[in-house]
Amino acid sequence: MELLIQQLLNGLTVGSVYSLVALGLTLVYGILHIPNFAHGALYMMGGYVTLTMMNQAGLPYWLAILISMIAIGLLGVLMERFVFYPLRDAPPLHDKIAAIGILLFLEAFAQFVWGADYQTMSTPYGNVVTVLGLTLTMQRVLIIVSTIVIMILLYFFLKKTFIGASIIAMSQNREGANLVGINTNKVAMMTFMISGSLAALAASLASPINLVFPGMGHLVILKAFVIIILGGMGSIPGAIIGGYILGFSESLGATYISNDYKDIIAFVILVIILTVKPTGLFAKEGQ
Amino acid sequence: MMATVLKQRKLLILVIAFALVFPFLIPNNYYLHMMTISFIWMIAVYGLNLFAGYTGYLSLAHAGFFAIGAYTLAILTVKAGLHFWLAFFLSCFISCLIGLLVGLVALRTKEHFFAIYTLCVGYIIYLLIDKWDSLTGGVRGFIGIPAPANIGPLSFQTPVSQYYLVLFFLLLVVFVMYRIIYSLTGRTYIAIRNSEDLALTIGISTMKNKLTSFVLSVFFTSLAGALYASFIRFLGPDIGYISVMFDFLTYLIVGGIGTMAGPVVGTLLITFLSQQLQFLQDYRMLIFGPVLTLLVIFYPQGIVGGVIRWKAKRVEKSGNPQVRTMPATNRFVISRHSENKKQVKEG
Repeated sequence: MELLIQQLLNGLTVGSVYSLVALGLTLVYGILHIPNFAHGALYMMGGYVTLTMMNQAGLPYWLAILISMIAIGLLGVLMERFVFYPLRDAPPLHDKIAAIGILLFLEAFAQFVWGADYQTMSTPYGNVVTVLGLTLTMQRVLIIVSTIVIMILLYFFLKKTFIGASIIAMSQNREGANLVGINTNKVAMMTFMISGSLAALAASLASPINLVFPGMGHLVILKAFVIIILGGMGSIPGAIIGGYILGFSESLGATYISNDYKDIIAFVILVIILTVKPTGLFAKEGQ
Repeated sequence: MMATVLKQRKLLILVIAFALVFPFLIPNNYYLHMMTISFIWMIAVYGLNLFAGYTGYLSLAHAGFFAIGAYTLAILTVKAGLHFWLAFFLSCFISCLIGLLVGLVALRTKEHFFAIYTLCVGYIIYLLIDKWDSLTGGVRGFIGIPAPANIGPLSFQTPVSQYYLVLFFLLLVVFVMYRIIYSLTGRTYIAIRNSEDLALTIGISTMKNKLTSFVLSVFFTSLAGALYASFIRFLGPDIGYISVMFDFLTYLIVGGIGTMAGPVVGTLLITFLSQQLQFLQDYRMLIFGPVLTLLVIFYPQGIVGGVIRWKAKRVEKSGNPQVRTMPATNRFVISRHSENKKQVKEG
């Protein structure tokens, strides 16, 4: 029983990170209908920027995360401006290839600047706490709590502010949003900013548990894709729920099925879903 | 008309002749090795080109099929002890069978979903190869794969003979590709790429055609995989990894997606550049990544497509009525390009 609860907590931690990444991916998909294959590279860059800020500039953990979020957000905006905006009328194949180009560049760039070694990120929250007989590190608590806080903030941003509402409007109907005078360029840039920041935050939170290396985004982005297909491409609550579902199934699968094959679970889930329903679960009608 | 066709044929004969005398022109084992390897990549890229370039679906599982072709050959020759050519034939057949099964399911999805689906399928293949120690040797790799067995008096033990063997398969693949693309079947694929709904409306069974195109493209790629296994004679799970897939894609995009000569031009150019920039080995994507992105923005049809466009413009400018006399494919490439501009993305 204790093992089960421990694993559920693990699932909650992993799921939080997945949800953050998937949220950024789904926001971009909702607005621009681009599956942003470079999102995993943004995640990886986020980890490195935070690490550099802490190690080289000697900044405290939270400040480093903040800077990293801004930097990666701006990187996302640059991507939108210089790559996806010129490609807005191109066939869908081109977006994907362009995104892959960015991904390859960023990975090579990270390897060039920071080296291919695995690096550890220290955290001021490494101490172990015991809650109700369960032991877990402070970092895990931090991941769970800050993810929830960010999700609530994002919810209020999308529902209560004008920019947030225009993002929702544009994801619902691009032409309609254009007609009522929403500046679609600004919204697209804003979306990429948020998406990049979320990826950076996720990476910075997860890095002290995992490690920082150029390929750290590969599995995460693949799983994020699984999540947004699970939750419906472009759906925000879907990304959050999907993230936690995947987190739980992975941590339980690793314990009760096989640790070696735990990474395969996500992909098997995806293959099953798309086999049964080729447009993904909860696909919008008429798409 | 005759003039351009003759010119193209001359160029083709020249290229083939060069490939044939290459081992005597540059008797250097290192370059011979490089050429053989790039021929193998070309075959794989032709497979990708048939499906991504002509049928319009981006499959990201092809590195996986390459690995399946290679590992099947390795397992059949080493573990099952089959005769090399039987194993060679079987490995292509088995890969096609797996491709058929994957295609049956994957092709029900469209566009982004298909790309993501195949990406995941590719990753599953990689993970299986990596973890299934008893069958594939896992991370330790698979060693002791035999070189191609003799066919009558022909033996394939020397690098030069292997070069010719691979060249033979490459020419065969190019020939088959040519016959496919310039047949009604090829036109059907192109129709599906340009608009699947329209193709469906005029009575094309899109599912059947997509499936045959996919299986054919898997066949080419797994053939390349089997050749790779017999040539390198050592396999690691890395050949099924996404980075190999991205390499294929880079070759294809740089050369020209949806063009006949694209895979050859792209693969040769990038292999050659990688050789020149060897100090960059791990960082070569610092250059090729942005190149990929820029090409897609400015020259979506790569180098070959760019040259064709440039030629067409020159003919147009000179007011020459020869515009019509261009070979059918070139005309098609141009019309497709203008069509792309019109085709506004949904949403």
